[in-house]
Amino acid sequence: MSADNQFPQWEVFIQSKTGLPYKHVGNVHAADGELALQNARDLYTRRQEGTSIWVLPTDQIVASNPDDSDAFFDPAEDKIYRAATYYTMPKGAKHI
Amino acid sequence: MDVNEALLKYCLRLGDDAMILGHRLSELCSKGPYLEEDIALTNISLDLFGQTRMMYTTAGEIEGKGRTEDDFAYKRLEPEFQNVLLVEQPNGNFGNTVARQMIFSVFYYHLFKELQTSSNEKLAAFAAKSLKETTYHMRHSCEWIVRLGDGTEESHWKIQDALNDIWSYRHELFEKDEVDETLIEAGLIPDTVTFKAAFEATIQDVLDRATIEELEEGWKATGGRKGHHSEYLGHILPIFQSIPRTYPESKW
Amino acid sequence: MEDVNRLEAFQAKIDREEKIEPKDWMPDDYRKHLIRQISQHAHSEVVGMQPEGQWISRAPSLRAKVVLLAKVQDEAGHGLYLYSAAESLGISRDELLEQLHTEKAKYSSIFNYPTLTWADMGAVGWLVDGAAIVNQVSLQRTSYGPYSRGMVRICKEESFHQRQGYEIISEMALGSPEQKQMAQDALNRMWWPSLMMFGPHDADSPNTGNATKWKIKRETNDELRQKFIDKTIQQATVIGLTVPDPDLKWNEETEHYDFGPIDWSELKEVIHGRGPCNKQRLNHHRKAHNDGAWVREAANAYAQKQRDKKKVA
Repeated sequence: MSADNQFPQWEVFIQSKTGLPYKHVGNVHAADGELALQNARDLYTRRQEGTSIWVLPTDQIVASNPDDSDAFFDPAEDKIYRAATYYTMPKGAKHI
Repeated sequence: MDVNEALLKYCLRLGDDAMILGHRLSELCSKGPYLEEDIALTNISLDLFGQTRMMYTTAGEIEGKGRTEDDFAYKRLEPEFQNVLLVEQPNGNFGNTVARQMIFSVFYYHLFKELQTSSNEKLAAFAAKSLKETTYHMRHSCEWIVRLGDGTEESHWKIQDALNDIWSYRHELFEKDEVDETLIEAGLIPDTVTFKAAFEATIQDVLDRATIEELEEGWKATGGRKGHHSEYLGHILPIFQSIPRTYPESKW
Repeated sequence: MEDVNRLEAFQAKIDREEKIEPKDWMPDDYRKHLIRQISQHAHSEVVGMQPEGQWISRAPSLRAKVVLLAKVQDEAGHGLYLYSAAESLGISRDELLEQLHTEKAKYSSIFNYPTLTWADMGAVGWLVDGAAIVNQVSLQRTSYGPYSRGMVRICKEESFHQRQGYEIISEMALGSPEQKQMAQDALNRMWWPSLMMFGPHDADSPNTGNATKWKIKRETNDELRQKFIDKTIQQATVIGLTVPDPDLKWNEETEHYDFGPIDWSELKEVIHGRGPCNKQRLNHHRKAHNDGAWVREAANAYAQKQRDKKKVA
């Protein structure tokens, strides 16, 4: 019994409706992009979950490192002035 | 021939083609070359059974005797089935499976493209829906034939053999008899001769990309539309119909 | 960070009900436990395609046929989600399949029983998927992110599976005398193996400690088994079928069903490869895998040729 190739892995992103963001739903194994696309369609859109699919080889993904998450993400924590709720508006002012 | 009678037979033929091929593909469940392909093949089977059900239901309505989709599927014998011999051929290896699928899907792709403009509403709606599914089946089988043909040495001779074995089964799809002539004359279905060249071109393109050498013509399969089948149908139906036949009074 | 500090931070994360993701640091044992559990879950889905798959060609109506096809397709899909989750922990699909083929990895005991009549299609959906649902609903809250997300997806799809089975067996239980007998017979054969699906008693389960501490398992084997029994008895009663357990009794005090002793020796035999269908299931899977090798090789060869063409161009 040969231990052989089971194809590279592709990450699958589905857009459920035009205009919405693409969501990561999982991955498939396929020899090339065309087969990955077909397999992703068969696996992830059986219940009408999508109108568009992206597949991307897993090893092409650049991901942030969890060990760096403090440096990467915490600085946003105290910059609450980026949220609209930080500002007090005069009562009665509309459309702002 | 009366148009309604021809329409009834035509719908049954479409239903029978889809049912027997759907059956063949359903036999492959849990036997695919890898898990993703298992899903792909059973997906095609599901689509085909959906087409079967639509056509059998329509046939029952045309006939007007109260026969249901299950009556057509489970209570007719081999001589009453009018599917082409192509769809009865065994699954063999994966190459045999996709070779059979390509010929079937390319034909029906072209047929449904024309049929969706039929003045018969039911046929038109059926063709429009089935066209979407068949387009995908065609893509799937053609892409696989390219990969097998231009893959390894082993896959190349395997798909070459598979195509040779099934090649002369394609002619039957283009046969015309009184049923077809009646409906063509009534303007309800296209004359298959009008898309024969397109059919051949689609397939030749795949064969070229797959580096397939010239294919041999064997015995020109025929007889299915008259109820004269290959030996395989006699083994398919007893299994397919076994439970309702054994318990004719029971409801499932 | 020192390993001790990492372990503390890891446990704190778990205690806060935060998910552990693939690139996070995790203790070796956590990783190993999950690989084993997730891969066995995946293998179960895939092997489980066989006992039902072999009835598709004989489904007694077109509707029953498409429903069964769709169900078995789902199971293949669940296998794929779970293989993905397992792979995220650093094991390849090749290794996973080799473990299955060499019997290093196990799969759910229930799939080593034969499906003998159409009523078994009812029993499998009703009891086996029913038991799986109890387990999987609980696992939605498991600590490992990819496993948890896989479970959420699976649970959404699983609900039709059980209904499909229950519908089949109800129709039969309320049908002709022959159908009713077939339905009761299926229940008789599938009941105890379904209870065994939840694994040994908690006291005899070696992995429970860590599984609970690390929130891999959210409820124990016995708790889940009891849940399953309590909800299923009523379903059997409604359609006039009798659960084959003479010791079954409603306990007013505990508000649960008391039930008879499980034959653990049978489970042991089946888990160790000596059940009715173990050899058949594995041979089938190995054969499909071996028969498909030339196809996989071709796909890889073609892909390589295209890559080479791009380089030269």
